[in-house]
Amino acid sequence: MSEIDLDKSEVRDLNAALHATDGTNGEKTFKVLNPNGKHNIAVGIDGELDVTIEGHAGHYVGGMNKHAEITVTGNAGAGLAENIMSGLVRVKGNSSQYTGATGRGGLVVVEGDAAARCGISMKGVDIVVGGNVGHMCAFLGQSGNVVVCGDAGDAFGDSIFELNLFVQGEVKSLGTDCEEKEMDAEKLSILTDLLKRSGIEADPGNFRVYGPGRNLYNFKVDNAVL
Amino acid sequence: MCGIVGLFIKNPALEKELGQHLSKMLVEMTERGPDSTGIAIYNDSASTGEIRITALSTAPEYSWEQFTQEVTETFGESSNVEMKSNHAVITLEGDPKKVQSWLHDNHPELYMTSSGTNITIFKEMGLPKDVIDRFGIEEMSGSHALGHTRMATESAVTTSASHPFSTGQDLCLVHNGSMSNHNRMRKKLQMYGVEFQTENDTEVAAGYLTWRLQEGDTLDEALTRGFEELDGFYTFAVGTHDGFAVVRDPIGAKPAILAETDDWVAMASEFRAIATLPGAESARVWEPEPERVYSWYRN
Repeated sequence: MSEIDLDKSEVRDLNAALHATDGTNGEKTFKVLNPNGKHNIAVGIDGELDVTIEGHAGHYVGGMNKHAEITVTGNAGAGLAENIMSGLVRVKGNSSQYTGATGRGGLVVVEGDAAARCGISMKGVDIVVGGNVGHMCAFLGQSGNVVVCGDAGDAFGDSIFELNLFVQGEVKSLGTDCEEKEMDAEKLSILTDLLKRSGIEADPGNFRVYGPGRNLYNFKVDNAVL
Repeated sequence: MCGIVGLFIKNPALEKELGQHLSKMLVEMTERGPDSTGIAIYNDSASTGEIRITALSTAPEYSWEQFTQEVTETFGESSNVEMKSNHAVITLEGDPKKVQSWLHDNHPELYMTSSGTNITIFKEMGLPKDVIDRFGIEEMSGSHALGHTRMATESAVTTSASHPFSTGQDLCLVHNGSMSNHNRMRKKLQMYGVEFQTENDTEVAAGYLTWRLQEGDTLDEALTRGFEELDGFYTFAVGTHDGFAVVRDPIGAKPAILAETDDWVAMASEFRAIATLPGAESARVWEPEPERVYSWYRN
Protein backbone atom coordinates (compact mmCIF):
# COMPACT_ATOMS: atom_id res chain seq x y z
CA MET A 1 0.00 0.00 0.00
CA SER A 2 1.17 3.48 -0.85
CA GLU A 3 0.44 6.45 1.46
CA ILE A 4 0.35 9.95 0.06
CA ASP A 5 0.12 12.87 2.51
CA LEU A 6 -1.35 15.99 0.91
CA ASP A 7 0.28 18.13 3.61
CA LYS A 8 3.56 17.12 1.95
CA SER A 9 2.62 16.37 -1.67
CA GLU A 10 0.65 18.31 -4.27
CA VAL A 11 -2.66 16.96 -5.60
CA ARG A 12 -1.08 16.99 -9.05
CA ASP A 13 1.62 14.58 -7.84
CA LEU A 14 -0.98 12.33 -6.23
CA ASN A 15 -2.98 12.12 -9.45
CA ALA A 16 0.17 11.47 -11.49
CA ALA A 17 0.95 8.51 -9.19
CA LEU A 18 -2.62 7.21 -9.57
CA HIS A 19 -2.40 7.49 -13.36
CA ALA A 20 0.97 5.73 -13.51
CA THR A 21 -0.41 2.30 -12.59
CA ASP A 22 -3.27 0.18 -13.90
CA GLY A 23 -3.57 -1.85 -10.71
CA THR A 24 -2.43 -5.11 -12.29
CA ASN A 25 1.14 -4.06 -12.86
CA GLY A 26 2.30 -1.90 -9.97
CA GLU A 27 0.83 -0.45 -6.81
CA LYS A 28 -2.90 -1.14 -6.37
CA THR A 29 -3.84 0.28 -2.99
CA PHE A 30 -3.47 3.93 -2.04
CA LYS A 31 -4.25 5.89 1.09
CA VAL A 32 -4.53 9.68 0.88
CA LEU A 33 -3.94 11.62 4.10
CA ASN A 34 -4.83 15.23 5.01
CA PRO A 35 -7.11 16.02 2.06
CA ASN A 36 -8.43 19.07 4.02
CA GLY A 37 -10.96 20.02 1.37
CA LYS A 38 -8.49 20.14 -1.51
CA HIS A 39 -9.99 19.90 -5.00
CA ASN A 40 -9.58 17.33 -7.78
CA ILE A 41 -8.34 14.49 -5.57
CA ALA A 42 -8.13 11.12 -7.35
CA VAL A 43 -9.56 12.33 -10.66
CA GLY A 44 -9.20 10.59 -14.00
CA ILE A 45 -8.12 7.19 -12.68
CA ASP A 46 -8.08 4.52 -15.37
CA GLY A 47 -6.99 1.44 -13.42
CA GLU A 48 -8.41 -1.10 -10.98
CA LEU A 49 -7.09 0.74 -7.94
CA ASP A 50 -8.33 0.93 -4.40
CA VAL A 51 -8.05 4.50 -3.09
CA THR A 52 -9.05 5.65 0.40
CA ILE A 53 -9.14 9.36 1.21
CA GLU A 54 -8.94 9.87 4.96
CA GLY A 55 -10.93 13.02 5.76
CA HIS A 56 -12.93 15.68 3.94
CA ALA A 57 -12.34 16.12 0.20
CA GLY A 58 -13.05 19.23 -1.88
CA HIS A 59 -14.66 19.61 -5.28
CA TYR A 60 -14.65 16.96 -8.03
CA VAL A 61 -13.19 14.11 -5.97
CA GLY A 62 -13.22 10.88 -7.98
CA GLY A 63 -14.21 12.71 -11.17
CA MET A 64 -14.07 10.80 -14.48
CA ASN A 65 -13.31 7.61 -12.58
CA LYS A 66 -12.84 4.39 -14.54
CA HIS A 67 -12.49 0.98 -12.84
CA ALA A 68 -11.19 2.24 -9.46
CA GLU A 69 -12.87 1.94 -6.07
CA ILE A 70 -12.55 5.25 -4.25
CA THR A 71 -13.67 5.87 -0.66
CA VAL A 72 -13.84 9.24 1.10
CA THR A 73 -14.13 8.76 4.86
CA GLY A 74 -15.41 12.31 5.47
CA ASN A 75 -17.52 14.70 3.36
CA ALA A 76 -17.08 15.55 -0.31
CA GLY A 77 -17.46 18.93 -2.03
CA ALA A 78 -19.30 19.84 -5.22
CA GLY A 79 -19.11 17.60 -8.28
CA LEU A 80 -18.32 14.32 -6.51
CA ALA A 81 -17.60 11.60 -9.13
CA GLU A 82 -18.52 13.98 -11.93
CA ASN A 83 -18.69 12.13 -15.26
CA ILE A 84 -17.84 8.79 -13.66
CA MET A 85 -17.45 6.07 -16.31
CA SER A 86 -17.25 2.90 -14.17
CA GLY A 87 -16.01 1.67 -10.79
CA LEU A 88 -17.26 2.81 -7.40
CA VAL A 89 -16.98 6.11 -5.54
CA ARG A 90 -18.18 6.01 -1.93
CA VAL A 91 -18.50 8.88 0.55
CA LYS A 92 -19.04 8.03 4.20
CA GLY A 93 -20.28 11.52 5.06
CA ASN A 94 -22.30 14.03 3.00
CA SER A 95 -21.73 15.34 -0.50
CA SER A 96 -22.31 18.82 -1.89
CA GLN A 97 -24.19 19.76 -5.03
CA TYR A 98 -24.20 17.96 -8.41
CA THR A 99 -23.02 14.60 -7.11
CA GLY A 100 -22.43 12.19 -10.00
CA ALA A 101 -23.26 14.85 -12.61
CA THR A 102 -23.27 13.54 -16.20
CA GLY A 103 -22.04 10.14 -14.95
CA ARG A 104 -22.04 7.46 -17.65
CA GLY A 105 -21.59 4.30 -15.59
CA GLY A 106 -20.38 2.87 -12.31
CA LEU A 107 -21.83 3.38 -8.85
CA VAL A 108 -21.74 6.41 -6.54
CA VAL A 109 -22.65 5.82 -2.89
CA VAL A 110 -23.22 8.69 -0.46
CA GLU A 111 -23.86 7.25 2.98
CA GLY A 112 -25.05 10.62 4.35
CA ASP A 113 -26.99 13.34 2.50
CA ALA A 114 -26.41 14.61 -1.03
CA ALA A 115 -27.19 18.28 -1.67
CA ALA A 116 -28.93 19.94 -4.64
CA ARG A 117 -28.85 18.65 -8.22
CA CYS A 118 -27.61 15.18 -7.33
CA GLY A 119 -27.31 13.18 -10.57
CA ILE A 120 -27.94 16.16 -12.84
CA SER A 121 -27.76 15.13 -16.50
CA MET A 122 -26.80 11.56 -15.54
CA LYS A 123 -26.32 9.21 -18.47
CA GLY A 124 -26.08 5.72 -17.03
CA VAL A 125 -24.54 6.02 -13.58
CA ASP A 126 -26.24 4.49 -10.52
CA ILE A 127 -26.40 6.64 -7.38
CA VAL A 128 -27.38 5.42 -3.90
CA VAL A 129 -27.88 7.99 -1.13
CA GLY A 130 -28.26 6.79 2.46
CA GLY A 131 -29.87 10.05 3.62
CA ASN A 132 -31.71 12.88 1.87
CA VAL A 133 -31.20 14.59 -1.48
CA GLY A 134 -31.68 18.31 -2.13
CA HIS A 135 -33.74 19.96 -4.84
CA MET A 136 -33.63 19.12 -8.57
CA CYS A 137 -32.26 15.61 -8.08
CA ALA A 138 -31.65 13.84 -11.43
CA PHE A 139 -32.60 16.95 -13.43
CA LEU A 140 -32.37 16.20 -17.17
CA GLY A 141 -31.12 12.68 -16.49
CA GLN A 142 -31.14 10.33 -19.47
CA SER A 143 -30.49 6.88 -18.02
CA GLY A 144 -29.39 5.15 -14.82
CA ASN A 145 -30.90 4.74 -11.36
CA VAL A 146 -31.08 6.85 -8.20
CA VAL A 147 -31.90 5.35 -4.79
CA VAL A 148 -32.78 7.78 -1.99
CA CYS A 149 -33.14 6.13 1.42
CA GLY A 150 -34.30 9.39 3.06
CA ASP A 151 -36.37 12.26 1.64
CA ALA A 152 -36.14 14.06 -1.70
CA GLY A 153 -36.30 17.86 -2.14
CA ASP A 154 -38.27 20.02 -4.56
CA ALA A 155 -38.60 19.30 -8.29
CA PHE A 156 -37.48 15.70 -7.92
CA GLY A 157 -36.76 14.10 -11.30
CA ASP A 158 -37.44 17.24 -13.33
CA SER A 159 -37.32 16.65 -17.12
CA ILE A 160 -35.92 13.13 -16.96
CA PHE A 161 -35.84 10.73 -19.89
CA GLU A 162 -35.24 7.07 -18.92
CA LEU A 163 -34.45 6.80 -15.21
CA ASN A 164 -35.70 4.89 -12.22
CA LEU A 165 -35.85 7.02 -9.09
CA PHE A 166 -36.41 5.01 -5.90
CA VAL A 167 -37.38 6.87 -2.70
CA GLN A 168 -38.01 5.48 0.77
CA GLY A 169 -39.04 8.74 2.46
CA GLU A 170 -41.07 11.77 1.40
CA VAL A 171 -40.82 13.64 -1.89
CA LYS A 172 -41.30 17.37 -1.38
CA SER A 173 -42.46 17.89 -4.97
CA LEU A 174 -42.09 16.21 -8.34
CA GLY A 175 -40.50 18.01 -11.27
CA THR A 176 -41.90 18.36 -14.77
CA ASP A 177 -42.90 15.04 -16.37
CA CYS A 178 -41.84 12.94 -13.39
CA GLU A 179 -44.49 10.56 -12.08
CA GLU A 180 -44.88 7.60 -9.77
CA LYS A 181 -44.58 4.20 -11.48
CA GLU A 182 -45.55 0.70 -10.54
CA MET A 183 -42.82 -1.19 -8.67
CA ASP A 184 -42.70 -4.22 -10.97
CA ALA A 185 -40.39 -7.22 -10.58
CA GLU A 186 -37.71 -5.73 -12.84
CA LYS A 187 -37.55 -2.45 -10.91
CA LEU A 188 -37.60 -4.26 -7.57
CA SER A 189 -34.70 -6.36 -8.74
CA ILE A 190 -32.70 -3.25 -9.77
CA LEU A 191 -33.38 -1.66 -6.35
CA THR A 192 -32.51 -4.81 -4.39
CA ASP A 193 -29.26 -5.20 -6.29
CA LEU A 194 -28.26 -1.54 -5.80
CA LEU A 195 -28.98 -1.61 -2.07
CA LYS A 196 -26.93 -4.76 -1.74
CA ARG A 197 -24.00 -3.37 -3.72
CA SER A 198 -24.08 -0.09 -1.80
CA GLY A 199 -23.99 -1.83 1.57
CA ILE A 200 -26.77 0.42 2.86
CA GLU A 201 -29.34 -1.51 4.83
CA ALA A 202 -32.93 -0.79 3.82
CA ASP A 203 -35.98 -2.87 3.01
CA PRO A 204 -36.73 -2.64 -0.75
CA GLY A 205 -40.40 -3.15 0.11
CA ASN A 206 -40.52 0.33 1.71
CA PHE A 207 -39.59 2.20 -1.46
CA ARG A 208 -41.69 3.85 -4.14
CA VAL A 209 -40.43 4.34 -7.69
CA TYR A 210 -40.71 7.34 -9.99
CA GLY A 211 -39.92 7.69 -13.67
CA PRO A 212 -40.57 9.75 -16.79
CA GLY A 213 -44.06 10.44 -18.10
CA ARG A 214 -42.39 10.47 -21.55
CA ASN A 215 -44.17 13.66 -22.55
CA LEU A 216 -40.97 15.53 -23.34
CA TYR A 217 -39.76 13.54 -26.33
CA ASN A 218 -41.81 15.49 -28.83
CA PHE A 219 -42.32 19.20 -29.27
CA LYS A 220 -45.84 20.31 -28.46
CA VAL A 221 -46.93 23.40 -30.27
CA ASP A 222 -49.34 24.17 -27.44
CA ASN A 223 -46.35 24.83 -25.19
CA ALA A 224 -44.82 27.39 -27.54
CA VAL A 225 -45.10 31.07 -26.70
CA LEU A 226 -46.22 32.66 -29.95
CA MET B 1 -16.90 33.58 -8.45
CA CYS B 2 -15.87 35.08 -5.13
CA GLY B 3 -14.69 33.65 -1.83
CA ILE B 4 -16.36 34.51 1.43
CA VAL B 5 -15.45 33.57 4.98
CA GLY B 6 -16.84 34.32 8.40
CA LEU B 7 -15.71 33.48 11.91
CA PHE B 8 -17.78 33.94 15.07
CA ILE B 9 -15.93 33.29 18.31
CA LYS B 10 -17.81 31.48 21.09
CA ASN B 11 -14.89 31.02 23.49
CA PRO B 12 -13.64 34.51 24.57
CA ALA B 13 -10.12 33.14 25.05
CA LEU B 14 -9.86 32.88 21.25
CA GLU B 15 -10.84 36.50 20.58
CA LYS B 16 -7.22 37.63 20.51
CA GLU B 17 -6.56 35.15 17.67
CA LEU B 18 -9.49 36.24 15.49
CA GLY B 19 -7.39 38.13 12.92
CA GLN B 20 -4.86 35.35 12.68
CA HIS B 21 -7.50 32.69 11.96
CA LEU B 22 -9.52 34.84 9.57
CA SER B 23 -6.33 35.61 7.64
CA LYS B 24 -5.58 31.93 7.08
CA MET B 25 -9.14 31.34 5.90
CA LEU B 26 -8.92 34.25 3.46
CA VAL B 27 -5.63 33.14 1.96
CA GLU B 28 -7.21 29.74 1.21
CA MET B 29 -9.86 31.59 -0.83
CA THR B 30 -7.30 33.38 -3.03
CA GLU B 31 -8.17 31.41 -6.19
CA ARG B 32 -11.83 32.31 -5.81
CA GLY B 33 -11.11 36.03 -5.78
CA PRO B 34 -7.72 37.48 -6.69
CA ASP B 35 -9.01 40.97 -7.63
CA SER B 36 -9.58 42.50 -4.22
CA THR B 37 -9.86 41.62 -0.55
CA GLY B 38 -11.89 43.00 2.31
CA ILE B 39 -12.25 42.33 6.01
CA ALA B 40 -14.83 43.41 8.60
CA ILE B 41 -13.72 42.97 12.21
CA TYR B 42 -16.00 43.44 15.22
CA ASN B 43 -14.11 44.46 18.32
CA ASP B 44 -15.52 45.93 21.53
CA SER B 45 -12.42 47.94 22.43
CA ALA B 46 -14.23 51.28 22.05
CA SER B 47 -15.42 52.72 25.35
CA THR B 48 -19.10 53.30 26.04
CA GLY B 49 -20.50 56.15 23.99
CA GLU B 50 -17.61 56.07 21.57
CA ILE B 51 -18.23 55.61 17.87
CA ARG B 52 -15.84 54.34 15.24
CA ILE B 53 -15.86 55.38 11.60
CA THR B 54 -13.49 54.10 8.95
CA ALA B 55 -12.77 56.07 5.78
CA LEU B 56 -10.37 55.46 2.94
CA SER B 57 -8.69 57.46 0.20
CA THR B 58 -7.27 55.88 -2.94
CA ALA B 59 -5.18 59.00 -3.67
CA PRO B 60 -1.55 58.01 -3.00
CA GLU B 61 -0.51 61.43 -1.71
CA TYR B 62 -3.59 62.12 0.40
CA SER B 63 -2.90 64.57 3.20
CA TRP B 64 -4.01 62.58 6.25
CA GLU B 65 -2.19 64.98 8.57
CA GLN B 66 -4.44 67.81 7.50
CA PHE B 67 -7.47 65.56 7.76
CA THR B 68 -6.53 64.54 11.32
CA GLN B 69 -6.10 68.18 12.27
CA GLU B 70 -9.55 69.00 10.89
CA VAL B 71 -11.11 66.10 12.84
CA THR B 72 -9.51 67.37 16.05
CA GLU B 73 -10.62 70.94 15.39
CA THR B 74 -14.18 69.87 14.63
CA PHE B 75 -14.77 67.10 17.15
CA GLY B 76 -12.38 68.03 19.95
CA GLU B 77 -9.26 66.64 21.58
CA SER B 78 -10.93 63.38 22.61
CA SER B 79 -11.26 62.36 18.96
CA ASN B 80 -8.60 60.14 17.52
CA VAL B 81 -7.50 59.18 13.99
CA GLU B 82 -5.49 55.99 13.62
CA MET B 83 -4.02 55.25 10.21
CA LYS B 84 -3.98 51.73 8.77
CA SER B 85 -2.41 51.98 5.32
CA ASN B 86 -4.80 54.23 3.35
CA HIS B 87 -7.68 53.82 5.83
CA ALA B 88 -8.33 56.20 8.70
CA VAL B 89 -10.08 54.78 11.75
CA ILE B 90 -11.74 57.72 13.48
CA THR B 91 -12.91 57.25 17.08
CA LEU B 92 -14.80 59.91 18.98
CA GLU B 93 -17.78 60.51 21.20
CA GLY B 94 -20.77 61.82 19.32
CA ASP B 95 -23.57 61.12 16.92
CA PRO B 96 -22.40 58.97 14.00
CA LYS B 97 -24.89 60.70 11.67
CA LYS B 98 -23.23 64.08 12.39
CA VAL B 99 -19.79 62.70 11.64
CA GLN B 100 -21.06 61.09 8.45
CA SER B 101 -22.62 64.38 7.28
CA TRP B 102 -19.42 66.23 8.13
CA LEU B 103 -17.40 63.72 6.09
CA HIS B 104 -19.90 63.91 3.25
CA ASP B 105 -19.87 67.72 3.15
CA ASN B 106 -16.19 68.39 3.81
CA HIS B 107 -14.46 65.31 2.44
CA PRO B 108 -16.49 63.93 -0.47
CA GLU B 109 -13.22 62.52 -1.82
CA LEU B 110 -13.19 59.95 1.01
CA TYR B 111 -15.10 56.67 0.91
CA MET B 112 -16.58 55.58 4.23
CA THR B 113 -16.16 51.84 4.67
CA SER B 114 -17.91 51.45 8.03
CA SER B 115 -19.62 53.25 10.87
CA GLY B 116 -20.72 51.99 14.27
CA THR B 117 -19.45 51.17 17.72
CA ASN B 118 -17.56 47.93 17.19
CA ILE B 119 -17.14 47.43 13.41
CA THR B 120 -14.06 48.27 11.34
CA ILE B 121 -13.84 47.48 7.61
CA PHE B 122 -10.64 47.42 5.57
CA LYS B 123 -10.70 46.74 1.84
CA GLU B 124 -8.34 47.12 -1.03
CA MET B 125 -7.48 45.74 -4.45
CA GLY B 126 -4.95 42.94 -4.41
CA LEU B 127 -4.37 39.38 -3.27
CA PRO B 128 -5.54 38.37 0.22
CA LYS B 129 -2.01 37.86 1.51
CA ASP B 130 -0.89 41.34 0.43
CA VAL B 131 -3.98 43.08 1.80
CA ILE B 132 -3.74 41.18 5.11
CA ASP B 133 -0.12 42.29 5.50
CA ARG B 134 -0.87 45.90 4.55
CA PHE B 135 -3.47 46.30 7.29
CA GLY B 136 -1.90 44.02 9.88
CA ILE B 137 -5.05 41.88 10.02
CA GLU B 138 -3.26 38.94 11.68
CA GLU B 139 -2.67 40.99 14.83
CA MET B 140 -6.29 42.08 15.19
CA SER B 141 -8.58 40.73 17.86
CA GLY B 142 -12.34 40.70 18.12
CA SER B 143 -15.55 38.75 18.59
CA HIS B 144 -16.50 38.05 14.98
CA ALA B 145 -15.27 38.85 11.51
CA LEU B 146 -16.13 38.50 7.84
CA GLY B 147 -13.84 38.37 4.85
CA HIS B 148 -14.20 38.48 1.09
CA THR B 149 -11.98 37.73 -1.89
CA ARG B 150 -13.45 39.23 -5.03
CA MET B 151 -13.46 38.07 -8.62
CA ALA B 152 -15.30 40.97 -10.22
CA THR B 153 -18.23 40.18 -12.50
CA GLU B 154 -20.83 42.87 -12.00
CA SER B 155 -18.86 46.10 -11.64
CA ALA B 156 -15.31 47.35 -12.01
CA VAL B 157 -12.28 46.24 -10.00
CA THR B 158 -11.95 49.21 -7.67
CA THR B 159 -11.38 49.62 -3.97
CA SER B 160 -14.88 51.01 -3.41
CA ALA B 161 -16.50 48.06 -5.23
CA SER B 162 -14.71 45.63 -2.91
CA HIS B 163 -16.62 43.88 -0.16
CA PRO B 164 -17.65 43.97 2.69
CA PHE B 165 -20.38 46.57 2.18
CA SER B 166 -21.77 48.50 5.09
CA THR B 167 -24.78 50.78 4.78
CA GLY B 168 -25.90 51.00 8.40
CA GLN B 169 -24.45 51.15 11.88
CA ASP B 170 -22.35 48.07 12.62
CA LEU B 171 -24.00 46.16 9.76
CA CYS B 172 -22.05 44.61 6.94
CA LEU B 173 -22.47 42.00 4.28
CA VAL B 174 -20.24 39.91 2.02
CA HIS B 175 -21.65 38.25 -1.08
CA ASN B 176 -20.81 35.51 -3.53
CA GLY B 177 -23.07 35.77 -6.55
CA SER B 178 -24.86 38.48 -8.50
CA MET B 179 -28.11 40.34 -7.88
CA SER B 180 -30.71 40.75 -10.63
CA ASN B 181 -33.04 43.43 -9.32
CA HIS B 182 -30.54 45.75 -7.67
CA ASN B 183 -31.23 48.84 -9.81
CA ARG B 184 -34.93 48.94 -9.05
CA MET B 185 -34.32 47.99 -5.41
CA ARG B 186 -31.72 50.76 -5.06
CA LYS B 187 -34.26 53.35 -6.24
CA LYS B 188 -36.85 52.00 -3.84
CA LEU B 189 -34.44 52.07 -0.91
CA GLN B 190 -33.27 55.59 -1.77
CA MET B 191 -36.90 56.67 -1.43
CA TYR B 192 -36.82 55.24 2.09
CA GLY B 193 -33.69 57.27 2.85
CA VAL B 194 -31.00 54.59 2.49
CA GLU B 195 -27.81 56.13 1.09
CA PHE B 196 -25.48 54.38 -1.35
CA GLN B 197 -21.89 55.18 -2.24
CA THR B 198 -21.43 52.92 -5.30
CA GLU B 199 -23.28 51.31 -8.22
CA ASN B 200 -22.48 47.85 -6.87
CA ASP B 201 -25.22 45.20 -6.56
CA THR B 202 -24.05 43.92 -3.18
CA GLU B 203 -24.31 47.35 -1.60
CA VAL B 204 -28.03 47.22 -2.44
CA ALA B 205 -28.41 43.96 -0.50
CA ALA B 206 -26.66 45.57 2.47
CA GLY B 207 -28.93 48.60 2.08
CA TYR B 208 -31.98 46.36 2.01
CA LEU B 209 -31.02 44.84 5.38
CA THR B 210 -30.32 48.29 6.83
CA TRP B 211 -33.81 49.40 5.79
CA ARG B 212 -35.53 46.33 7.19
CA LEU B 213 -33.66 46.59 10.50
CA GLN B 214 -34.67 50.26 10.72
CA GLU B 215 -38.26 49.15 10.16
CA GLY B 216 -38.00 46.92 13.21
CA ASP B 217 -37.24 43.53 11.68
CA THR B 218 -34.80 41.28 13.48
CA LEU B 219 -31.85 40.16 11.35
CA ASP B 220 -33.52 36.76 10.84
CA GLU B 221 -36.77 38.41 9.77
CA ALA B 222 -34.98 40.76 7.37
CA LEU B 223 -33.10 37.90 5.74
CA THR B 224 -36.26 35.78 5.47
CA ARG B 225 -38.09 38.67 3.79
CA GLY B 226 -35.08 39.04 1.51
CA PHE B 227 -35.79 35.61 -0.01
CA GLU B 228 -38.90 37.19 -1.55
CA GLU B 229 -37.51 40.62 -2.40
CA LEU B 230 -33.86 40.15 -3.32
CA ASP B 231 -33.62 38.47 -6.71
CA GLY B 232 -30.41 36.87 -7.86
CA PHE B 233 -27.78 34.33 -6.97
CA TYR B 234 -26.32 34.76 -3.55
CA THR B 235 -24.63 33.33 -0.57
CA PHE B 236 -24.48 36.10 2.04
CA ALA B 237 -22.56 36.26 5.28
CA VAL B 238 -23.83 39.10 7.43
CA GLY B 239 -22.40 40.74 10.53
CA THR B 240 -24.18 42.98 13.02
CA HIS B 241 -23.12 44.53 16.32
CA ASP B 242 -23.69 41.23 18.12
CA GLY B 243 -24.77 38.77 15.43
CA PHE B 244 -23.57 36.66 12.54
CA ALA B 245 -25.78 35.12 9.86
CA VAL B 246 -25.47 33.06 6.68
CA VAL B 247 -28.07 32.57 3.93
CA ARG B 248 -28.19 31.07 0.45
CA ASP B 249 -30.79 31.98 -2.18
CA PRO B 250 -33.54 29.43 -2.99
CA ILE B 251 -31.66 28.03 -6.01
CA GLY B 252 -28.56 27.52 -3.90
CA ALA B 253 -26.05 27.57 -6.76
CA LYS B 254 -23.36 29.43 -4.83
CA PRO B 255 -21.42 27.26 -2.41
CA ALA B 256 -21.24 27.54 1.36
CA ILE B 257 -20.05 25.37 4.21
CA LEU B 258 -20.70 25.88 7.90
CA ALA B 259 -18.79 24.35 10.79
CA GLU B 260 -19.22 24.64 14.55
CA THR B 261 -17.25 23.62 17.62
CA ASP B 262 -17.57 24.65 21.27
CA ASP B 263 -15.10 27.46 20.50
CA TRP B 264 -16.30 28.94 17.19
CA VAL B 265 -18.72 28.99 14.29
CA ALA B 266 -17.16 29.31 10.85
CA MET B 267 -18.53 29.84 7.38
CA ALA B 268 -16.67 29.62 4.08
CA SER B 269 -17.28 29.16 0.37
CA GLU B 270 -15.24 25.97 0.56
CA PHE B 271 -14.23 23.59 3.35
CA ARG B 272 -10.51 24.07 2.75
CA ALA B 273 -10.77 27.52 4.38
CA ILE B 274 -12.35 25.98 7.49
CA ALA B 275 -9.72 23.23 7.59
CA THR B 276 -7.18 25.85 8.71
CA LEU B 277 -8.98 26.41 12.04
CA PRO B 278 -7.96 24.76 15.33
CA GLY B 279 -10.26 21.81 16.01
CA ALA B 280 -11.64 21.72 12.45
CA GLU B 281 -11.04 17.98 12.23
CA SER B 282 -13.63 17.33 14.94
CA ALA B 283 -16.05 20.17 14.07
CA ARG B 284 -19.65 19.56 13.07
CA VAL B 285 -19.59 20.37 9.35
CA TRP B 286 -22.63 20.88 7.16
CA GLU B 287 -23.82 22.57 4.00
CA PRO B 288 -26.42 25.27 4.73
CA GLU B 289 -29.72 24.56 3.02
CA PRO B 290 -30.97 27.03 0.44
CA GLU B 291 -33.62 29.54 1.62
CA ARG B 292 -32.89 29.05 5.30
CA VAL B 293 -31.42 31.55 7.76
CA TYR B 294 -28.57 30.41 10.00
CA SER B 295 -27.67 32.90 12.72
CA TRP B 296 -25.70 33.20 15.93
CA TYR B 297 -25.76 35.97 18.54
CA ARG B 298 -23.45 36.97 21.36
CA ASN B 299 -24.92 36.65 24.83
